[in-house]
Amino acid sequence: MIPAPAFLSNPERFMAFSRWAAPMFGLIAAILGLAGLYLGFSAPDDYQQGATVRIMFIHVPAAWLSMFVYGCLAVASLLSLIFRHALADAAAQAAAPLGAGFTFLALVTGSLWGRPMWGTWWVWDARLTSVLVLFLFYLAYIALRAALDDEAKAARACAILALVGAVNLPVVHYSVVWWNSLHQGASVFRADGPAMPPVFLIPLLLMSLAYMAAFGALWLVSIRGEVWRRRAEAAALRAARS
Amino acid sequence: MSRISALLARETALAWGRGGGPLVSVGFYAGVATLLPLAIGPEAQRLAAIAPGAAWVALALASLLSLDRLFERDFEDGALDLLTLSSTPLELTCAIKCLSQWLATGAPLALAAPIAAIGLGAPPALAPLIFACALVGGLAFAFTGGIGAALSLGARRGGLLTAVIVLPLFVPPVIFGGGALDAFASGLGWTAGFALLCAYAAAAVALGPLAMAAACRNALA
Repeated sequence: MIPAPAFLSNPERFMAFSRWAAPMFGLIAAILGLAGLYLGFSAPDDYQQGATVRIMFIHVPAAWLSMFVYGCLAVASLLSLIFRHALADAAAQAAAPLGAGFTFLALVTGSLWGRPMWGTWWVWDARLTSVLVLFLFYLAYIALRAALDDEAKAARACAILALVGAVNLPVVHYSVVWWNSLHQGASVFRADGPAMPPVFLIPLLLMSLAYMAAFGALWLVSIRGEVWRRRAEAAALRAARS
Repeated sequence: MSRISALLARETALAWGRGGGPLVSVGFYAGVATLLPLAIGPEAQRLAAIAPGAAWVALALASLLSLDRLFERDFEDGALDLLTLSSTPLELTCAIKCLSQWLATGAPLALAAPIAAIGLGAPPALAPLIFACALVGGLAFAFTGGIGAALSLGARRGGLLTAVIVLPLFVPPVIFGGGALDAFASGLGWTAGFALLCAYAAAAVALGPLAMAAACRNALA
């Protein structure tokens, strides 16, 4: 999923690549999403959870993506901090609202799932809390970006914040695990194979790939938008000078 | 060495004296501790159950107060430029700034924390642990808070932004300290939480200045 940064670091090549890659990822997302939703809705009810098990197909990929996007944000920030590369900064800037969106989706669907299953909208459990803190990190990143006027300074300050968050998030995760845990453990990525029958596993994997492709498409589109905005600003400055 | 002690004396004097010294932090802390029973109700039993945790959270909030002046003051009057140009590494300067922040607000708050907790109804036997947690936690709050303060240099409404940046970083120390206090109050082993709090503070002292110095250089560039 992560395009080779060295090849795409050239803005011209990036724009040429993303011109067809963004709609292609969007198409893949639509096809996989439709297939995953169809299989998800035609799957039998779970013997414990009944029909609510279908929330999993929306909730679990969103939770995975919330962490995956932070990884993308951190890598883009690292590249932007080291090479002072404008495209890497545009990628980091574009990833933050998308990540916040996926995290919010994971929180909301988890809450809707928790009501019938646990009998409560929210519990102060380890996983829920660490996802909430992840959401706060995204909000802090967006707030810092919005508060700094100078774009070059905002880029570096935000990159430092993203890396501080990348160091801190594992600590947050283990601290809340140490503190309390009610959320069920991992049931897909386990040493002894997935603890889930294929009838649920296949739609879940399809939906995860669909989310991934949707993120790819949205990310590329918003990076393109950011590149166009910066070009327009530079052109306006040139026009004002002459 | 004399340069470092002179810097420490200057920073501590500024943090202690110019608005936002120990009196303001402790006053805010006392205010929060007074508001809590008014909001929750005066029943001793209910208050005693939350006393250690409430005293601990109020401490985290009180240590946010004077953060916005930590770098902003020197950034505005140009002293930060001079500190950057001096032969002392900027990382060390940032560490000294946070250390004096801790001396001027963290240490007085650590003295006030047991009093507030006992006033809310915590058992007096808890006082030494609250003092120790507040002392170590204050170090973690000062050094992680400094990152937020340095990052929001030059931003609009920097003080509010600092709080938004810093509060997620306060999650682990609040959990570890609160866990240690809770375990002690219910007669369980509290050393694990306290050791983790110390570890977080040590990591913040070691890594925080690197991020702060990078943020300061960026703000001045």
